[in-house]
Amino acid sequence: MMSKTEAEIRFGNPAELHGTKVQIPYLISEKNTFKRMDDEDKQQETQSPTMSPLASPPTSPPHYQRVPLSHAYGKLRSSSEQMQPAPYEARQPLVPPEGPLSGAPGAKPLRHQASLIRSFSVEREPQDNSSNYPDEPWRITEEQREYYVNQFRSLQPDPSSFISGSVAKNFFTKSKLSIPELSYIWELSDADCDGALTLPEFCAAFHLVVARKNGYPLPEGLPPTLQTDYLQAAFPKPKWECALFDSYSESMPANQQPRDLNRMEKLSIKDMADFPVPTQDVTSDDKQGLKSSTDEALPKDTSEDQATKSGLLPPPPALPPRPCPSQSEQASEAEIHPQLNRAPSQAAESSPARKPPSKPIRRKFRPENSATENQETSTTVGGPASAATVKPHAAVQKQSSKQKKAIQTAIRKNKEINAVLARLNSELQQQLKEAHQERIALESQLEQLRPVTVL
Amino acid sequence: MVHTSLDVVDEKISAMGKALVDQRELYLGLLYPTEDYKVYGYVTNSKVKFVMVVDSSNTALRDNEIRSMFRKLHSSYTDVMCNPFYNPGDRIQSRAFDSMVASLMPQVC
Repeated sequence: MMSKTEAEIRFGNPAELHGTKVQIPYLISEKNTFKRMDDEDKQQETQSPTMSPLASPPTSPPHYQRVPLSHAYGKLRSSSEQMQPAPYEARQPLVPPEGPLSGAPGAKPLRHQASLIRSFSVEREPQDNSSNYPDEPWRITEEQREYYVNQFRSLQPDPSSFISGSVAKNFFTKSKLSIPELSYIWELSDADCDGALTLPEFCAAFHLVVARKNGYPLPEGLPPTLQTDYLQAAFPKPKWECALFDSYSESMPANQQPRDLNRMEKLSIKDMADFPVPTQDVTSDDKQGLKSSTDEALPKDTSEDQATKSGLLPPPPALPPRPCPSQSEQASEAEIHPQLNRAPSQAAESSPARKPPSKPIRRKFRPENSATENQETSTTVGGPASAATVKPHAAVQKQSSKQKKAIQTAIRKNKEINAVLARLNSELQQQLKEAHQERIALESQLEQLRPVTVL
Repeated sequence: MVHTSLDVVDEKISAMGKALVDQRELYLGLLYPTEDYKVYGYVTNSKVKFVMVVDSSNTALRDNEIRSMFRKLHSSYTDVMCNPFYNPGDRIQSRAFDSMVASLMPQVC
């Protein structure tokens, strides 16, 4: 890549975008460039020339560049849209080598020369997880979310339950990403490291896979918009319920405009050719869609999160009236509140009742946690869940926010204690076995010696 | 050097019948007279062995420190295991694991 000055990049980009497609070297020194660029560079270097003709994802420039380049995106998007259909199939084989046109507007200063070959690489700045489809690559749009949820359901009918590691592995392997990358995506998305993916974890993982297939380098850490608590806040679990859809449509009347860079949606959808993807015509309002929903969600209570998440975490023995606080561990961080509280919360609350059967699926990946522990907690969940549905939401919502944090810490402590105890238990059991064996050996020796003494 | 230490750990495993998870000991003296470094061994329930080699220039790390380091190692290792894409026996490529190990290093050094 030729090193360009900022000015060139800013003003020269539009032309480049249009014509060459993505050889835009965002060389502006950015602090947060991906370290992963290093790994990908080697691959990208060889791939980028070939990939250039293909449509690159509409990498949004770094925020600082956003303004000057905003106009360029329109062009890029329209042009790329046309190219979308074809390239994606063609991209498939090239994807593993990866990320050619992932535009990361800010190559590391070190890699100025090396990054010449890179084209857009997604800028992963901690302050701004934008880029990617128009502004924020790591935000999941409404359509994407629906799609992910449908996929989740195809793998696991119970939306409040988990997808086991092996099932998820098979599914994501279809995406034809390399195993190390899938492993890394898993590491990012499985926040609680339990070897299973809950719905938000699954959506985050799926989104990362989509982004990766579109050429965006994977982030160093899980972006805030992909974290479990955020996803659950923004997209309450019982999303597939009609009420939810209605509310979303209401909230986004104005946003439904042709932000049309459905490129991203097309990208994400079409790119999933390997996945059982329906070619939906998703006109994603990417960020707008999500923003509107999140904005509206803000004023709402996080009780929704708690309710939905109750199915994910084992509530501590000292369970407050509502099971939802058990989820507060994740939800409490979320500043965003779910849009719907009433209807979804009730639906979500009923979901914890279904949790007990699904718990063993998750737990088997945690050898430390004994099965008994699960049973105990699951039974407690079933109880409070039914009781909780009766309670008035308003009152509980206010209290729950206060209780959340306290419960959170309690949950964490209990979890740690449980883990430690489980380990101790297993160790002691082994010791016991060995002691038994020694005892048997000694007894046999004793018997052998007895006749001697008797004689 | 690491191989000989592994042999020693195996010896200890077979000798001891008991709790395998004991952070096994610092096997001092394993080394050559010139180099003075200590090798610590740790075995998990699943017979996975962690071997830590420490330069003795750092005046004796306390046993507790070693134990805590092994505990962290063990816990990060289980997290890595959770990843279904990880095949036991492969080189660990988890970044979280690497960063955890890197954080342990300054203590040892």
